[in-house]
Amino acid sequence: MNSEQWLGLVAGVLFGFLMQKGRVLRFEKQVGAMLLKDMTIFKFMLSAIIVGGLGLALFSGTLKPSHKPMNLGAVLLGGSLFGAGWAVAGFCPGTAAGALGEGRWHAFFAIVGMVAGAAVYAEIYPWLKKTVLSWKDFGRIGLTETLGVSAWTILPVFAVFCLALFFWFEKKRL
Amino acid sequence: MKWKTADGGWSPYLAGALVGILAVVSALATTHWLSKTNYIGASTTFVRAAGLIERAAAPGRVKANEYFTKEKVRVDWQFMLLIGIILGSLLASVTDGSFRWEGVPPIWKERFGGSVGKRIAGAFLGGVVAMVGARLADGCPSGHGLSGMMQLSVSSFVALALFFGVGVLVAGRLYAGRSR
Repeated sequence: MNSEQWLGLVAGVLFGFLMQKGRVLRFEKQVGAMLLKDMTIFKFMLSAIIVGGLGLALFSGTLKPSHKPMNLGAVLLGGSLFGAGWAVAGFCPGTAAGALGEGRWHAFFAIVGMVAGAAVYAEIYPWLKKTVLSWKDFGRIGLTETLGVSAWTILPVFAVFCLALFFWFEKKRL
Repeated sequence: MKWKTADGGWSPYLAGALVGILAVVSALATTHWLSKTNYIGASTTFVRAAGLIERAAAPGRVKANEYFTKEKVRVDWQFMLLIGIILGSLLASVTDGSFRWEGVPPIWKERFGGSVGKRIAGAFLGGVVAMVGARLADGCPSGHGLSGMMQLSVSSFVALALFFGVGVLVAGRLYAGRSR
């Protein structure tokens, strides 16, 4: 294994360990969030985004940003398809792998389906490029350039919003 | 607030905050040692896995495919991240006793019955649709939901809102009547 693969493996072991400890890998946690009954995955994700966001902003001089393209048709249609598939499978790509690790073996079939879905996507890609992907692409844009405000303004506002949400989750025992 | 949950897990706030630190340290480490900044993600690996499998059966087909050429079929940083997730989860669950063989999750069973075949079909079909969507949107709850949101990417706010919004609509439909 080369150094790139080692760095990936170490980060993955820690990521998988933390997701398992946070109990976010389970089917009932993901479907529970979609049924608006258990917000564990949001407590986890939003906490990660606040801390990670502040960290990335702190090292913005060193790190190269990598925004995913705001390709309108692709994000709207893709985001919707993903949501529908996620509700049925009960796992997203990362949590399917993690759920398999904690013995929930039905996640293996979600992984098989996802590999098949990737193969399907590779087949229809030329057609998508001519249609959905070419509708309107705003490019790789970040909120900071778009709004003309620094991350140090956006992040605290976002954090306060999340904290209010967290208090509400705890109050409602979600 | 409790740092430990009743079943021996950690507070999701604590585990999440630690993932935030991990994402930053990992981005710094890859920038330092690999001279490129890698952010946590998961769904591109499924393209590479499909490419590796197809290549074993029909190498010419993968070579000629535009998308496989674009995403480069190889075992890269993110591929190993996914392998690591499986190992890390195994380690955490075995050490605290939460590892459990499960074929049909309880809420699925309550709604659709105990049939393993039905659950496998649901997992598979949901997986197919979710991955076509993730590739189209260029990310999943890891790439968009965590890494994209941390970087305040416009596309990630839209994608995450749709992932969850449509998820709520479909799950609501799918499990309607369950508690009635």
